[in-house]
Amino acid sequence: MSPFMIPRDPMPHAPHPRALPRLACAALLLFALVSVRAAAQENSDCLMCHAEKSMTMKRGTRTVSMFVDEKKFKLSIHGSIPCAGCHADLAGKEFPHEKPKQVDCGTCHGAEEALHVKSLHGKAILRGDALAPRCKDCHGNHDILAAKNPKSPVSPMQIPYLCGKCHREGSPVMQQRAIHQDHILENFSESIHGEGLLRKGLSVSANCASCHTAHSILPHTDPLSSIARKNIAKTCTQCHTMIETVHRKVIEGKLWEREQHVLPACVDCHQPHKVRKVFYNQGMADSDCQRCHAKADIKAKDGHSLTVNPADLQHSRHAKVACSQCHSEVNVSKIRPCETIVNPVDCTQCHAEVGNLYKKSTHGLLFAKNDPNGPTCKECHGGHGVLGKHQPNSPIFPTNIPKLCARCHREGEKAAVKYKGAQHDIVNHYAESIHGKGLVESGLTVTATCTSCHTAHSVLPQKDPASSVNPRNVPATCGACHHGIQEQFEKSIHSTLVSKTDKKLPACNDCHSAHQIRRADEQGFKLTIMTQCGRCHEEIAETYFDTYHGKVTQLGYTKTAKCYDCHGAHDILPAENPRSHLNRLNVVKTCAKCHPGSNRRFAGYLTHATHHDPDKYPYLFYTFWGMTSLLIITFLAGGLHTLLWLPRALKIRREQKAREKARHDALHPEKKA
Amino acid sequence: MTSPEEQTPPVMEIPEDRHYMRFSRLNRLLHVLMIVSFISLALTGMSLKFSYTTWAAVMSRFFGGFESAGYVHRFAAAVMIGVFITHIVDLFRRKKQDGVSWRGFIFGKNSMMFNKKDLQDLIASVKWFIGKGERPPYSRWTYWEKFDYFAVFWGMMVIGSTGLTLWFPELFTNVFPGWMINVASIIHSDEALLAVGFIFTVHFFNTHLRPEKFPMDTVIFTGRMSVEELAEDKPAEFAELVESGNLEKNLVEAYPPIVIRAIRFFGWTAVALGLGMVGLIIYGMVFAYR
Repeated sequence: MSPFMIPRDPMPHAPHPRALPRLACAALLLFALVSVRAAAQENSDCLMCHAEKSMTMKRGTRTVSMFVDEKKFKLSIHGSIPCAGCHADLAGKEFPHEKPKQVDCGTCHGAEEALHVKSLHGKAILRGDALAPRCKDCHGNHDILAAKNPKSPVSPMQIPYLCGKCHREGSPVMQQRAIHQDHILENFSESIHGEGLLRKGLSVSANCASCHTAHSILPHTDPLSSIARKNIAKTCTQCHTMIETVHRKVIEGKLWEREQHVLPACVDCHQPHKVRKVFYNQGMADSDCQRCHAKADIKAKDGHSLTVNPADLQHSRHAKVACSQCHSEVNVSKIRPCETIVNPVDCTQCHAEVGNLYKKSTHGLLFAKNDPNGPTCKECHGGHGVLGKHQPNSPIFPTNIPKLCARCHREGEKAAVKYKGAQHDIVNHYAESIHGKGLVESGLTVTATCTSCHTAHSVLPQKDPASSVNPRNVPATCGACHHGIQEQFEKSIHSTLVSKTDKKLPACNDCHSAHQIRRADEQGFKLTIMTQCGRCHEEIAETYFDTYHGKVTQLGYTKTAKCYDCHGAHDILPAENPRSHLNRLNVVKTCAKCHPGSNRRFAGYLTHATHHDPDKYPYLFYTFWGMTSLLIITFLAGGLHTLLWLPRALKIRREQKAREKARHDALHPEKKA
Repeated sequence: MTSPEEQTPPVMEIPEDRHYMRFSRLNRLLHVLMIVSFISLALTGMSLKFSYTTWAAVMSRFFGGFESAGYVHRFAAAVMIGVFITHIVDLFRRKKQDGVSWRGFIFGKNSMMFNKKDLQDLIASVKWFIGKGERPPYSRWTYWEKFDYFAVFWGMMVIGSTGLTLWFPELFTNVFPGWMINVASIIHSDEALLAVGFIFTVHFFNTHLRPEKFPMDTVIFTGRMSVEELAEDKPAEFAELVESGNLEKNLVEAYPPIVIRAIRFFGWTAVALGLGMVGLIIYGMVFAYR
């Protein structure tokens, strides 16, 4: 697009508008030339009279000059056109001729005329509005110059003055006609566009016609208008072609054109005629809203309060955002601009990225289904008093997040009631976990909160492959903080990146649990981890408990080797892997962690030995049964001997008693009586 | 059963407070040390062997945790080894004292070594048990006493050697393969089970708690037994002592009743601990076994 071009046509998609009129014009010119030759009527003929400055004529009571400046006419863009080319009704007429008819520029400039007729200006002419501008009022008549000519009144630099003739403050048009804007010229000249044009001489800067068009000037309420709400983006992007890639990052390309009903239009923020480099504080607009909404008793039809506390807004994250930026669809031409609002506030107009995440999340899907349980942005972030996540009194400040989520996810609340999975009492469990204690007791804001694992806006059930807590994604989720562990884990046999298997592989939460995560160096955690491994490695865990290490662990002590002491915790690898702790190359060193005298044979100790497997451990099996046989035989022999003896021993005991009694009686015969 | 009484007219001449001295001071001391160390070893060891039971965890905690229980176990083991070595040294000393050859010492009449009479006594005993004969005239050491004595030798060898292996596994694996540690664990633990089970049931019954000895045979603690009891219990020995005239030489003052009561208290504590442990073991093996 030529920088010098003044957009005349708001509908650039129409077929080339000037093709036909130009053809007609050429034909007319040809005809005129032919007729001139025939009638021998040349411009010099006309100028014989009209070149006289004194040539006047009475029109009613006024004296009108009939003077045509030959020099200016020659220099004009029409300089080579015969007078009769425009004053067609005078062709071949002898002078003194009658009063000529109004020149019809549309003969040649048909497209422009067609637009003008439908425009505000054209309609005013039809109404007989004396103030309505005709072609010559803007373009001039005999001295008409090309728009590219800087001297032309329609050249970019001149346009503000041209339009300003009628639209300046105090003019009859401004006083007598309904023009909704005031101080148009002053505002424009102070605006970034006006400054560029008038002070910097930047002819590409926007002038009146750049936005309003030259000929198709229409009120913004007209859907065809270049300044109609849905066309504004298109109008502005004629020059600001790349604005959608550089404007505040939330605006995605073309969103302004596609979703004008949701997004604020350019002029909502950058007021027309006042466009500045800086973002506008729309004090005016907000105070307009406040006229009604500051009232304490204002209520909607359904009875809910519509009061907005200005203090809330003032301290909120959106303190510098105007009401109408969120409550779009307002119409400034209405006394109550808000009466045109039909949709609730859509935060995604600015927060498009998180908005898209939210829409795909369980929360967003519930909301889309009109489920009253589906939380909206407002429910977590608040409304007019919305605060940023770094403000301690914000509901989404880390220390407040568990309370926020607990509103629905605490046991017995609406979300927890619907939940059918295995995680219960999560709020209390979290509070007792290492993360929860870090947050609540230590006030550590970098500790994991609900959103650290579940994300803030992409909350999805664990089964969803896109969920941050899906087993496949858990290592990366935990790795966001525990990155070093993630690196180790992702090289281990338990990682889905390493093991391709149908069996369930453990993710972080399978050993550490999800909400009850404890310190790994705590006694309790160390002891439960044994059963965690045993959930999958059942047999090997059982045999472990047959050995000294396992027995001590079972007694409740953590000092002897546990699974991870030998196998590693996050870097578990099969023994044949040279990096494995149990590989031939490393196993002596692994044992030496506890047994400084460890040697190659020592490492041959069977840590998972069982005496129940004659094929795998024949020595142990036969030793055990040898010992057991010895035991049984000894006990049988000893036991039998004792049992047989018992009746005889009892008999001796009875005889002893009898003998003692007899002896006693013999010593004390008197007592017997 | 009147025959021993008929055979013992001289007893009547011996006052009741003169007791026959059966065990030397050293032997009695060794037996007490043996009891203390054996019970300590058993309690601490069983807490590990039956780690899957609740009582084992309580026991371990009682000893101040598994490590502290381990120290107690090893200390008691050292005591027991000390007892064993002292006894061996004492044997050498006595052999020298007696001035007999090793052959004479080991196969002598009063030796603990099994002999032909033991076999005869065993057969006669079984006959007596089933009512096919009289009570055999047992000598100074009965065959079951000799069995208990050699059981300790066997146990010292088996449990002691495997225990040392488990105590110093790094040292032993310089020579033996690693799986020997596993084998040693099984032998140590099962042999200990045998020892504990046998001592606390069969030995208790045979030696201390037979009905005819009720409430308790304390001769191993006092070293003394009444001549009447000697004549009843070990008729052969008594007859020989009377014949050789050595009985008088071996008579000493009886302990006053307070000492006997203290000894009985100690004895019953050991018995209670032992029988309690048997109960726990049965519970562990029968009801809690996994």
